[in-house]
Amino acid sequence: MAIIEFNNVCVDFPIYNANSRSLKKHLIQVATGGQLFASQRGSIVVRALEGLTFTLKDGDRVGLLGHNGAGKSTLLRLLSGVYEPSSGSSIIIGEIGSLIDISLGIDPEANGRENIFLRAGLLGIKKSDISKQINDIIEFSELGDFIDMPLRTYSTGMHLRLAFAVSTIVCPEILLMDEWLSVGDEGFRHKAEVRMSKLVQSTNILVIASHSRELLMNTCNRAIWLEHGKIRMDGTPHEVCTAYFD
Amino acid sequence: MFSYAATIALKDITAAARRYPLVGMLGWQDVRQRYRRSALGPFWLTISMAIMIGTMGVVFGQIFKIPLTDFLPFLSAGVILWSFTSSIVNESSTSFIAAEGIIKQLPIPLFVHILRTIWRNILIFGHNIIIFPLVLLAVEKPIGLVAFISIPGFILLIVNLTWIALILGVVCARYRDLQQIVGSVIQVVFYLTPIMWMPNLLNDRVGLYLIDLNPVFHLFEIVRSPLLGQYPTTTNWGVSLALALIGWIITITIYGTYKRRIAYWL
Repeated sequence: MAIIEFNNVCVDFPIYNANSRSLKKHLIQVATGGQLFASQRGSIVVRALEGLTFTLKDGDRVGLLGHNGAGKSTLLRLLSGVYEPSSGSSIIIGEIGSLIDISLGIDPEANGRENIFLRAGLLGIKKSDISKQINDIIEFSELGDFIDMPLRTYSTGMHLRLAFAVSTIVCPEILLMDEWLSVGDEGFRHKAEVRMSKLVQSTNILVIASHSRELLMNTCNRAIWLEHGKIRMDGTPHEVCTAYFD
Repeated sequence: MFSYAATIALKDITAAARRYPLVGMLGWQDVRQRYRRSALGPFWLTISMAIMIGTMGVVFGQIFKIPLTDFLPFLSAGVILWSFTSSIVNESSTSFIAAEGIIKQLPIPLFVHILRTIWRNILIFGHNIIIFPLVLLAVEKPIGLVAFISIPGFILLIVNLTWIALILGVVCARYRDLQQIVGSVIQVVFYLTPIMWMPNLLNDRVGLYLIDLNPVFHLFEIVRSPLLGQYPTTTNWGVSLALALIGWIITITIYGTYKRRIAYWL
């Protein structure tokens, strides 16, 4: 069982190297990004998210919509537990899996095998589990003998295939994604698609940030539209997409 | 207030301890990354340190007019320990900053990054310590069973260095100028602590008083003196234990209070 409960959550980033005197004391609304404030102590604060209140339950497939800087990535990081709210309360129950940056932690000088363990270690997958599945991972990535070569000899596509093969062996209760993962050439893409769909089906809650109307309509059953760090609209993908895209 | 902070801090620390395979892997990766494709690998460190100890031993042995049989073992143990201590303190100020990519993407207990710094330096220390028995062989100085007492001493040194690393990691993530200050302080401590010079060279009281006030001296003595065939004094142990206790209490309070802010500071 997984549940996410946000109650009036705000996220403020302190900016220490900006000159506060160059900004007016009062609130300045900017065209893109969060809102800039000068805090009472005189330092600059970017309010990335403000007053978010929502509950996600089992079976929710949530699409996040919004312009650049609307707070989608920040919200994903908040959900993954990287950031804690500056104010308000968030309750997140359930194992979290993040497919946001699948190449994170990859060492170009190490070989494919070492990188599988490294990446899996960062994701919190047990070494014994990986040892059992390593042959499947190698087979899935179609790297063949390249698996024993340093990663710097890989092409971008091979790189991504390996990262994809490792990162998707998890089956978390809450799955976070920034756009749909699609890697490799035609043949591989089909295989990846099948695995992604299976992963998405087995997870209890999916949160995906996307600019694609098609994706939201097909995968999601709920959509949240963020604007300047606030929820502009929360409803079915059909309602929100109509309002957002038209 | 303390109990709330302590709960957060201890939860993170135990969660990090449970991720020890990750710490081990990242630490090894750091060492290997530095020396990949070089034939001797991390042993380059050992060689350069051996040369440094040899040169310093001859030069300062002459200046201080101490027989090399006494001076070289003292110097090598001191220099190896110092390089361990100073790298941990220096690198800990960037522990969180260097791990920014991971910290902002994956919810891994933050203490993992501190443990990674410590573990990496333990591995390098393991390479450097080889010099010590070689030095003893060279000057034909026997080693006694007392040397084993340096093992608990070394553990206590690490316990102390860990809280120092954690507190510096947190504070340096917020105040970036501190990194430079830490670097200069380390240099000053190097000259204030008997590493290149032996404490018995000081014959006036003021000097001895200064040594006794230096906590680093006590921390070093619990590891170094057994290696040189002497027992550490109760003062050495007392100061080191007290330092660990007080240090950890302060660190846990600060870490627990500011842990949630660290990701925002990066």
